[in-house]
Amino acid sequence: MRTLQRKSIEYRKTILRIIKAANAGHTAGSLSCIDILNVLYNYVMDITPQNFSSPQRDRYIQSKGHSVEALYVVLADKGFFPAAELDTLGRFRSHFVGHPTRKVPGIEHNTGALGHGLSVSVGLALGAKYRGSPHRVFTLLGDGELAEGSSWEALMAAGHYQLDNLVIIVDRNRLQITGSTEDVMGLEPLADKFAAFGCAVRSCDGNDVEALTQALEQLPFVRGKPNLLLAQTTKGKGVSFMEDVARWHHRVPADEEYAAALRELETAEMTL
Amino acid sequence: MIAPAIGRANLEVFADTVLELARQDPSIMVVTSDSRGSGKLVPFGEELPDQIIEMGIAEQNLVGVAAGLAMSGATVFAVSPACFLTARALEQIKNDVAYSDHPVKLIGISAGVSYGALGATHHSIHDFAALRAINNVGIVVPADNFETREAIRAALAHARPLYIRYGKKPMLDLHSPDTRFEIGEAIVIREGEDLTFIATGEPTGRALLAAQNLEADGISCRVISMHTVKPLDMEALLYAARHSSAIITVEEHSIYGGLGEACAAILLQHGICLPFKIVAIPDDYTVTGDQLEIFDHYGISAAGLSAAARDLLAKG
Repeated sequence: MRTLQRKSIEYRKTILRIIKAANAGHTAGSLSCIDILNVLYNYVMDITPQNFSSPQRDRYIQSKGHSVEALYVVLADKGFFPAAELDTLGRFRSHFVGHPTRKVPGIEHNTGALGHGLSVSVGLALGAKYRGSPHRVFTLLGDGELAEGSSWEALMAAGHYQLDNLVIIVDRNRLQITGSTEDVMGLEPLADKFAAFGCAVRSCDGNDVEALTQALEQLPFVRGKPNLLLAQTTKGKGVSFMEDVARWHHRVPADEEYAAALRELETAEMTL
Repeated sequence: MIAPAIGRANLEVFADTVLELARQDPSIMVVTSDSRGSGKLVPFGEELPDQIIEMGIAEQNLVGVAAGLAMSGATVFAVSPACFLTARALEQIKNDVAYSDHPVKLIGISAGVSYGALGATHHSIHDFAALRAINNVGIVVPADNFETREAIRAALAHARPLYIRYGKKPMLDLHSPDTRFEIGEAIVIREGEDLTFIATGEPTGRALLAAQNLEADGISCRVISMHTVKPLDMEALLYAARHSSAIITVEEHSIYGGLGEACAAILLQHGICLPFKIVAIPDDYTVTGDQLEIFDHYGISAAGLSAAARDLLAKG
């Protein structure tokens, strides 16, 4: 567990470094979901550079594509491409653009427009069922993106087809670019809504790697139902002045803010 | 003059062809949006229930799911009324199929003004324009049963996303069975030197009838079936422009953004200027009625096209 915790801190430092260097990025959302990605790639999913062309591998679709910096950092750590390539983020003709594309090794599907990833994941999960393959399909949704009606079309299909090989994780940080999700377009009672659509719903601290591993060890939550994990997160997690502040959605830290953020993360690392 | 034989509705031929192919290939999956009846796919569902997936009235989800199935190794036909498939699910076509490069076969049924009397909500006369502007999706518009059958067979081997659209009316048979069909390669149905009709889809038979009418007046017309709107067969277009005195394009689509404008842009950029007319559905509150009545109203008819040809040649 200590290794995963240490990785989360290292990932946060790298996320901030590449966003700072590119002078662009979705800072707070990447910090919000990085613990989820850490646990998925390093503990739960069977996805490696070596098995990436195997039909049996697990699949991961990042529906909240804007938090791509978190994904790039984890894929680099997994060895999908040299870490030095992260430094090309946002540069002219770099494949490392601001939303996931299949040009980057390890990425299955291009996302960025919200409300798309769940439908694609339903298709993947149906494909696995029809082929009798035991692999699982994981998808990460933002909470703000749940205002897209297509997400609910996909959920209806997931429940209808009893896709218990589908794992939907919602990065429930309660903030979107304009402000609180509940002020912009209220989502609650979210767990009840997902349950009403036929999902087996669980909730955990989505910034606690131990809580995440414990929750995901229970998969499938209920046979015959799509799995839905409400990961209760904090946007900007790990850097005190970024936490739960809407303007850090895609703000790039100034020099002194960057230095202060790194100091906080290094302190956290030392106290592990 | 030989009248072309009347065949079946392209939609029925599509459904028969995909069933015939799916019997041999279990990787073929058909995905529908409460559209198996209108897509003539009920026999498919009865015979191969494991190869058809119902998504309900949810076209956005239909296309996203189709992309996911294609990523799983399935050969996917996403079948939905063209009006909804290419408008409501346009962003899914753009991002999940075309941009992500998953070779889904998008099948727009009851396309153009096939649902004529149901009103403009059910017309798809925007689809060429919308999809032409999206990178990495081909547009195929079969004119008869032969082209329908061949387009589906060619789609199986096609590694990129494709949009194919069909109507509901019986079509004239325009080709002999040994005609060569390749996506992106126009078919010359009839040779002629005075004027060329370049048509796509269901109006093509009407262009052929017009050419036969005009022959009686001593006007010799070439008729080209430009079944692939994108990528357009530039060679066939340029040859026609260099070997005839005028060109009329014919399509079941808005005058904007379709076959006609595509041809005009190519000709002008090749320095070719000749009498040219786009016969299509004007930018208007589209009349309603039977598909053929709508065609007649807008001059997409043997009489209308004959008149347009005479007029164009007289001006030229």
